[in-house]
Amino acid sequence: MLVGQQQRLQDDIRGLVGRFGRHRNALIPVLQELQKAHATISDFAMQVVADELGIHPAEVYGVTSFYAFLRQRERGRFVFRLCGTISCDLAGKSRVARQLENDLGIRFGETSDDGRFGLEWASCLGMCDQGPALLVNDRVYTRVTPEEVHAIIDECKSTFGAHARQAAQA
Amino acid sequence: MIRVNSKKTPFTFESVEPESGLRAALAMSRADIIGEVGACNLRGRGGAGFPTGTKWNLAAAAKVKAGGTKYIVCNADEGEPGTFKDRVILSEFADMVFEGMTIGARAVGAAVGILYLRSEYVYLRPHLEEVLARRRTNKLLGRDIGGLDGFTFDIHIRMGAGAYVCGEETALIESLEGNRGEPRNRPPFPVDTGFEGQPTVVNNVETFAWVVCILSKSAHWFKSIGTEKSTGYKLFSVSGDCGEPGVYEFPLGITVGELLDKVGGRGAKAVQIGGASGHCVPASEFGRRLAFEDVSTGGSVIVFGPGRDMLEVAQNFMEFFVEESCGQCTPCRAGNAKLLEGVEMLRRGECSTKYLQELLALGGTMQLASKCGLGQSSPNAFVSIVKHFKDEIMGRTLVQ
Repeated sequence: MLVGQQQRLQDDIRGLVGRFGRHRNALIPVLQELQKAHATISDFAMQVVADELGIHPAEVYGVTSFYAFLRQRERGRFVFRLCGTISCDLAGKSRVARQLENDLGIRFGETSDDGRFGLEWASCLGMCDQGPALLVNDRVYTRVTPEEVHAIIDECKSTFGAHARQAAQA
Repeated sequence: MIRVNSKKTPFTFESVEPESGLRAALAMSRADIIGEVGACNLRGRGGAGFPTGTKWNLAAAAKVKAGGTKYIVCNADEGEPGTFKDRVILSEFADMVFEGMTIGARAVGAAVGILYLRSEYVYLRPHLEEVLARRRTNKLLGRDIGGLDGFTFDIHIRMGAGAYVCGEETALIESLEGNRGEPRNRPPFPVDTGFEGQPTVVNNVETFAWVVCILSKSAHWFKSIGTEKSTGYKLFSVSGDCGEPGVYEFPLGITVGELLDKVGGRGAKAVQIGGASGHCVPASEFGRRLAFEDVSTGGSVIVFGPGRDMLEVAQNFMEFFVEESCGQCTPCRAGNAKLLEGVEMLRRGECSTKYLQELLALGGTMQLASKCGLGQSSPNAFVSIVKHFKDEIMGRTLVQ
């Protein structure tokens, strides 16, 4: 990691600790916001968070590895989480799963080579009356059909470009 | 804000005038509020069914440790497979939930409220923050709420991070404190030693909404609905093989058969009541009641049509528990993995009767020896499916 990047990460973490408070209770919100900005929680980031909160880095590692929505490695700019629950199963989830694998070119648990897409199972998205349900980052899709998968991926590709443009303009 | 058409019956919540519950509560003494909630025998709507009045009473009596405050926590970590009523309540009746939390704060003497929202529902957050901001502007949160001198209470939102076990109240508190979501030993109970060691009330989203209805309409009204031991209405999240999946309000005590008639689920082969941690009820027992004294549920009802393979269902549930066990205690960590292995053997047609007996005994051990509700209830689905569908699961010859 470049020194400039390290410095930025450190500054970000200090900012977050300032915002949420220098105590253990702030750990998860700090990690969540950090992940939003940096996509992952690296070993270095965990060390800095631990120093800032005055706890052992193993504690930070323990928490990061425990929760499904915190991640230590790149899972993709767009994380596709298909609901794996029985209700979505009854609604035809397995064909959607297959089509997602085909159209993204990756298997469940993998990330695409360009780092854009990740594919995972979710435990239950709470959309059981309108499955199969799919969560893409913060956006939820219901009654997904195999034919729609392609359009959802395209939508991500276009918003990804839009984000990049917005960031460049800002 | 996401609106999905999940509501299938009128809800009582719609007929209650906004803030009428809070207004009534502010005119009452603390003991009277708790008395009212206790008198109607409201039991926790998350599924465990603990009497809310008793919980509040214990928290009200508990002493605050130096320099702190009591807490009201709303458990919006709705992770039980097949449950989505809290999503609907938070989308459409968020004010009511916050009103209920404020009543709770008044009753037990808490100054801080926390809504613990599961990360899968993060898209609801902007809407919830908006509602909270409006309540602050309208003096329904903050200092001297409703003009009552010295009644200070505010609510903030904390996001979960993707862990089913955090729906268990002590695991939820661990998560709030920045730890792994590993359940604590009880006692001490959260009402005495909860968040930051302070007395803490943890109630389900739906429970808070009912509190508002009870104070607005009276305990007598609530008690007149349902059965003696399970009073009031309950929201049911219905999914699976039925004509009209969605959220329904029914009185507790309704039979499985009556419910199926109303949701277009006639001819079902079995119904899973209470989600992955609940019980599988076969067609021969559709006369059983959805109530705490019979088939208890947090509201999840999953309907299985005639063609469904019950072993596939069992496998889905066991995969869920293997994934979601926090790994802290052995019966749950190792037991769920063994049961899943067993289901896979059954599907391949490789499980001896003797081994199946051993698996059932293991299920019993898990129910007895696991530390929290997750491990104590995770064998339920497997055990009930084996019990009711033996003819279907033994001696399989088809490799699926």
